[in-house]
Amino acid sequence: MAAGQSPLAQFEIKTLIPMQLGNIDVSFTNSSTFMVLTVLTTSLFLILGMRRSQLVPGRWQSMAELSYIFIANLVRDTVGSQGRPYFPFIFTIFMFVLVGNMWGMIPYSFTFTSHIVVTFAMAGVIFVGVTIIGIVKHKLHFLTIFMPPGVPMYMAPLLIPIEIISYLSRPISLSVRLFANMLAGHTLLKVFAGFVISLGIAAGWLPLLFIVALTGLEIVIAFLQAFVFAILTCLYLNDALHLH
Amino acid sequence: MPQLDISTFPSQIFWLVITFIAMFLIMWRISVPKIADALEARQKRISDNLGRAEDIKKEAEAAIEAYEAALAEARAEAQTAVAEASAALLEEQHAREAELAETLKKRVAESEAGIAAAVNEAVQSIRDVAAEVAIAATERLAGEAPGGDDATRAVDAVIKARG
Repeated sequence: MAAGQSPLAQFEIKTLIPMQLGNIDVSFTNSSTFMVLTVLTTSLFLILGMRRSQLVPGRWQSMAELSYIFIANLVRDTVGSQGRPYFPFIFTIFMFVLVGNMWGMIPYSFTFTSHIVVTFAMAGVIFVGVTIIGIVKHKLHFLTIFMPPGVPMYMAPLLIPIEIISYLSRPISLSVRLFANMLAGHTLLKVFAGFVISLGIAAGWLPLLFIVALTGLEIVIAFLQAFVFAILTCLYLNDALHLH
Repeated sequence: MPQLDISTFPSQIFWLVITFIAMFLIMWRISVPKIADALEARQKRISDNLGRAEDIKKEAEAAIEAYEAALAEARAEAQTAVAEASAALLEEQHAREAELAETLKKRVAESEAGIAAAVNEAVQSIRDVAAEVAIAATERLAGEAPGGDDATRAVDAVIKARG
């Protein structure tokens, strides 16, 4: 990267194959590339890892099983046995975000989770889906989610608006959390990379060391944000299934 | 900020939907069942093996019990056999002792009979010799031999008198 280029340049969407669907531009971009790569690597990782399913698993099979067990335990602990039907979806969410974040850690690659529209689309689908599940399961009774039990009636005028706002802000907080973490981390890396160039050999190694440490931290964050995304999905699902 | 460029949104959402649905289908239909099967098979294998170990343990315990029962039975049998054998031996011993006593008694009786016969014979021969001696002495002294019966009668009378 040349010095002076904006640290935000890495987030630019570049069209690789122009495509149109009616009037809508659905070009295959660098973002699409990494989404496809994420699907391919995750699928290959899990399918090839389990290709020769053995009683005593090897390293690869262990990793594939571990990712499954990790999310299975998460769903069981937060949602309970009723969460089993939703496990494949939550597992997909987790793996999609995790592998997408990890692809983004490779220099010169693109992090599709650093775009608010992507994270908001996922959070929106989760929000709408969870709400539909709640309404289908509890019918009108679902509205009691806005009125926690054991609260005196005179608190209702104050509490219900607060609960509604907090419920409606879920997709925003869920999407912004992931997006902002990715944006901030990658921007910070790029800013310090710029320092390495501008400080030169004399003092450039200082920000370089910082970048090395920060890369380690970013990998942890990449995992952590995928985990947080999955666990919040589970918590929302739990609320919809069990109403507090 | 490229994130706020609305013109890229349709393309991003379009590809997100396609890739996410593709990944969901792969996970749902292929990967999740495969891993679940593998984990279940392992769990089943482990519990099966534990069950089999339990069965084998029970079998071993039953075998030990049977062995101990057989051992006790054998011991009891051996004891009765020993008792029987010693009783038989004792009986035989008694029988032999009785037989021996019988034989000895018979022999004693035989011997006594033999001794009595010998004494009789000896007395007879002494009488004959004494009668001859008496005849010969009488002939020398009296110059005349007594009748054969007289001497013998006299000797008999003397033997009878002396016991």
